[in-house]
Amino acid sequence: MNKKSSLMSRLAGAPYIVWAALFIIVPLCMVAYYAFTDSNGVFTLNNLSDIGKYADTFILSIWLGLLATVICLVVAYPLAYIMAQKGPEKQSSMTMLIMLPMWMNFLLRTYSWMTILEDNGLLTTALNFIVDNINNLMGAELSPVHLINTRGAVVVGMVYNFLPYMILPIYTVMLKTDRSLVEAAQDLGGNKLDVFRNVTIPLSVPGIVSGFTMVFVPSVSTFYISQKLGGTGTILIGDIIETQFQTANNFHLGASLSFVLMILIFICLAVMNRFSDDDGGVII
Amino acid sequence: MSNNIIELKNISVAFDGQQIIENMNLYIRDKEFITFLGPSGCGKTTTLRMIAGFQEPDSGEVIFDGKIINGVPPHKRQLNTIFQRYALFPHLNVYENIAFGLRLKKTPEKEIKEAVTEMLELINLKGFERRNISSLSGGQQQRVAIARALVVKPRVLLLDEPLGALDLKLRKDMQVELKNIQQRLGITFIYVTHDQEEALSMSDTIVVMDSGVIQQIGTPTDIYNEPKNAFVADFIGESNIIEGVMRADFWVEMAGHKFKCLDKGFGVDEMVDVVVRPEDVDVVPVESSMISGIVTSITFKGVYYEIIVEIKGFKWMIQSTVYQEAGSTIGINVEPDAIHIMKKSQYSGLYGDYSSFSEEFDELSDATVYEKEDE
Repeated sequence: MNKKSSLMSRLAGAPYIVWAALFIIVPLCMVAYYAFTDSNGVFTLNNLSDIGKYADTFILSIWLGLLATVICLVVAYPLAYIMAQKGPEKQSSMTMLIMLPMWMNFLLRTYSWMTILEDNGLLTTALNFIVDNINNLMGAELSPVHLINTRGAVVVGMVYNFLPYMILPIYTVMLKTDRSLVEAAQDLGGNKLDVFRNVTIPLSVPGIVSGFTMVFVPSVSTFYISQKLGGTGTILIGDIIETQFQTANNFHLGASLSFVLMILIFICLAVMNRFSDDDGGVII
Repeated sequence: MSNNIIELKNISVAFDGQQIIENMNLYIRDKEFITFLGPSGCGKTTTLRMIAGFQEPDSGEVIFDGKIINGVPPHKRQLNTIFQRYALFPHLNVYENIAFGLRLKKTPEKEIKEAVTEMLELINLKGFERRNISSLSGGQQQRVAIARALVVKPRVLLLDEPLGALDLKLRKDMQVELKNIQQRLGITFIYVTHDQEEALSMSDTIVVMDSGVIQQIGTPTDIYNEPKNAFVADFIGESNIIEGVMRADFWVEMAGHKFKCLDKGFGVDEMVDVVVRPEDVDVVPVESSMISGIVTSITFKGVYYEIIVEIKGFKWMIQSTVYQEAGSTIGINVEPDAIHIMKKSQYSGLYGDYSSFSEEFDELSDATVYEKEDE
């Protein structure tokens, strides 16, 4: 009986093991293989030593990714908090509103930001109208606003695209938090601020960690957002990796860049995870 | 000044148009152990939450120490709560949980340490300071919750079914311990439970509630010996509630026999409910008995046998140490002091008949009571 069921469970698990092997382990090995070989298939560390040239790009990618993640956190946290306080009906409609843009194509979303931010775009025109008026009325000499192809535009693109990934995990954790913990803190003499600081925030740390990961990782490795909104001035590590595979045809350098990026992200997340010793059942 | 620490005046509460508490008036004396007792949905927890400040009454006044405290938020009330599931902070260890209230008051670190150590001694958990909450057993968590509430020196401690999650033996120990703590500290305990035994063994005063209305207020002995109506008689312990007629002062007729009793002041031939506790019924030979009946079932309960006897179509429960054969006819005597007469009420005829008696059913309905209360 026991043997049979364990055989059954092994059979049931088999497709997933095969799947994991085919699409996770094998690709990882391939990346490692390319990273440590040259075009003749001979072992080399040259690819890795070439990476030094891209140190600035790595730093810029991580810096912008971090900036976008922190902005997401600042925007998402109050929103998640407010959502978690609302009644069930309002909650589901708010969740819907947050999810809805995620169902729109990613490219389309980024494209629409181009039209908003470009020099003749909606936002720029509006801002320049204000700038002109200030210059005329007050005799100031403010230069016209330029938004597209700046680092700021890239960060805006990241924040817009990845914000839901920050809101949802924080909101989920807050929703799961036992209401009586808040009451207990009030009961022990805590006003609203005390309760927020001493109970709400510490208990939502798993959600913050989870959201941080889900925003930071795609932000650091994005190439599309930086291409469309950052122009030639903002090249991120994702762009370079893409170039190696698409145009330069240097799979080996591309693979080693990916490899290093993966390790860097891993280190960032390990540091992040130090802040929360248990992750309250949220999947990172 | 009166020694009432809390007064509830003409309190009414409704949720979604459903009346939870109806025009309640209650006085709670300082330093007493008072228990709100009643089945699920009787409004006892709502009353407690109202005193704590988590729930505002729709009308009426909540008075604490002579001052109206309607609208005062929980953190400004001089009372603390033990929650049903303790509500300990999972991100803090035992020490920090207990210190929580003191830290909010910006107490100096040295005083916090002294106070927490003293509390840990009180609850017998010395050496547990650095332990995680999740590593504690239910009983230990319970004690930490008590310490956390008591360390801020409340005038009143509110306890919302605090022993519900513990097993029977631990529950009995904690009952004694809670009572000891209450007497040692000399503060008011307001205790909510649906367990009548718990209420009887711990309380100075019991408030029996049903459907948002106080049915009776009294000492445990009063409530047990002199229940006001069939609901109270049935909810507190086992009881046979028989329809009777007052023939005169001190004389009641039931089951076709005129019994001498200690009650008076009823109208002649007034219909009444008569309460006879199962342990107060004497089994005697049929020849010298007042009434007699046929044993329909007998169950061994350890200390006594529980015997169901059918007398004139009504099934009585009797607790006796002597075995009786099922199907045999036995005689029964009831002494005057074992009889308690109640006026007819809305509860008459609903309780106290053991003809449909089934323990399994009782336990089933107890379980549903639990679930609802937990919500």
